Amino acid sequence: MPQTYIQPSAPAPSSGVAIPREITTEPRFSDRVFRGVVTTGGLSSLAILGLITIFLGYRGFEVLRQEGFNFITSSTWAITTDDAGNVVESHFGIAAMLVGTILCSIVAVLIAVPISVFTALFLNFYAPAWLKKILVSVIDMMAAFPSILFGIWGFLVLMPSVEYWAKLLNHYLGFIPIFHVPAYYFTRSPFIAGVVLAIMIIPIITSVSREVFSQTPLDRIQAAYALGATRWGMIQAVVIPYGRGGVVGGAMLGLGRAMGETVAVYTVLNIVYQVNWQMLFGAGGNIASLIILKFGDASPYEIKALMAAGLILFALTLLVNAGADLMVKRFGGNKR
Amino acid sequence: MTDSMESENEKMDTSVKPTSLGSVASNAPKRAPGTLAMGRGLEARGIHAWFGKNHVLSDVTLDFAAGTVTALIGPSGCGKSTFIRTMNRMHEFIPGAAMAGEVLLDGKDVYAPGTDVTKIRLQIGMVFQKPNPFPSMTIGQNVLSGLKLAQLKVDNKDDLMEECLERAGLWSEVKDRLNAHGGSLSGGQQQRLCIARALAVRPQVLLMDEPCSALDPGSTLRIEETIRHLSDSMTIIIVTHNMQQAARVSDYTAFFLSDNGPGQMIECAPTSEIFSRPRDKRTENYVTGRFG
Repeated sequence: MPQTYIQPSAPAPSSGVAIPREITTEPRFSDRVFRGVVTTGGLSSLAILGLITIFLGYRGFEVLRQEGFNFITSSTWAITTDDAGNVVESHFGIAAMLVGTILCSIVAVLIAVPISVFTALFLNFYAPAWLKKILVSVIDMMAAFPSILFGIWGFLVLMPSVEYWAKLLNHYLGFIPIFHVPAYYFTRSPFIAGVVLAIMIIPIITSVSREVFSQTPLDRIQAAYALGATRWGMIQAVVIPYGRGGVVGGAMLGLGRAMGETVAVYTVLNIVYQVNWQMLFGAGGNIASLIILKFGDASPYEIKALMAAGLILFALTLLVNAGADLMVKRFGGNKR
Repeated sequence: MTDSMESENEKMDTSVKPTSLGSVASNAPKRAPGTLAMGRGLEARGIHAWFGKNHVLSDVTLDFAAGTVTALIGPSGCGKSTFIRTMNRMHEFIPGAAMAGEVLLDGKDVYAPGTDVTKIRLQIGMVFQKPNPFPSMTIGQNVLSGLKLAQLKVDNKDDLMEECLERAGLWSEVKDRLNAHGGSLSGGQQQRLCIARALAVRPQVLLMDEPCSALDPGSTLRIEETIRHLSDSMTIIIVTHNMQQAARVSDYTAFFLSDNGPGQMIECAPTSEIFSRPRDKRTENYVTGRFG
């Protein structure tokens, strides 16, 4: 390919009609190599995602076709096999798990977002430098903490106190349907799972919020202070409007993480095949936990059903992320 | 001295007060006594400023009589902006910043222990180099934002909004779109919006840190008109790199210079004198464009 050139066929300027020149640039060899490397990197994540989708779809297709829409509207999970291991009868439905997943995740986000936002504000605007350093590394460490340990700690240590809070909530706010319990049983409820999940997603929401808050333009901060604002006044007038989009984005990342979390929820939650919106009641569901619960001794056909459940979870996560994008655009927008 | 404390007017007549820079003291201009209606005078006494170990401003003593406009000129990095930022205690926001000296507003040291910084900043307003309206607020909300931030109550917000926009010379341009966002205005309009915003909390003194350096000549002219109008009712200190601007808007001009050391105030005199017969050779070199 030649360097920038004029098409030989282009008419002479004297004809009076201006024709745009075709502009080409020839990248250097080193540039092309680098472009190849980064393109491969960028596309590989897309390829992996695509392959996982295809795999889940392929493995789960048979079950999805057989169950149809019932797969996400019914809550029965039963399979009968004869002595030879052939499937005699099967019903697969994950409605309870779907509802449970959403319920636990929403509880987690509602608890984690305020804590994270205040932590981020404290770190950026109140904490002395030495304390900030320590806290930031502690919070980052929380993100790297193995989730099984969160689960065990949640089960052994946290549960008794959270049960007590749950009883208080039920006692004073029981007239609100979601705080109502059909029977006086609070152990291993979606609420407790939500609290454990909240602790797990605090680091990610905090670090995203901290990052956006720290980018608040200095001139706006100064403008607020110069008008006689207190620190809290300045934060309300400048930092929060600026960081709102980022906080929503962080919350959605946390929600995604909460929905996909497996081991910690599996340890804490009492899985019941019945749709339950009453978060304080000790009966819940969770798609990821269902998969881990059933995977060990599942027949080949049941594994296909589990793959289909995984596909649904995957789709749900994608949906949440797409929603997050929309919300970030809506709240972040050009008014920043 | 003690007699002069008896009335506001005499106190503002600062011509007799000694200053620490000998040459400046003898040059101290004879000022018309100000009244409270013209804003309050501000007195800087022996101001030093540091950023960490870096001594950036040394022993500046300057008086700003009520109702006057004082321009601070000098080459970049000579400490002008730092100086005015010590006036309303914005200096201390920079990590490692330190200062020495006294800033007297109404005879009271703004750095005195127990002083409420937010109240100081309500009395000494500030306009920055780059227009910085709050983008999440409408034009109207921007004007009134100071009231909200300082939790002040006013009886009639609409009147105040109109008055401030009028004084900032922006009312006629925005009166039909007060609900538009601040960011939708042009740069010059945004800067006048910032002036209106600063006026809404009724400061006695207004600090302007190169308010026109990011603006086109037309907008600059409008803002200079605004400054002239405002000087009827308040004390204004303006930092500028534009000597014509200093000559156009100010009553007094102070020349700052840093000679490979901390910035110093070389001389302060009525503006016409600074530009026609400066006492210091360095001032003359600067205002005649030989350097800087």
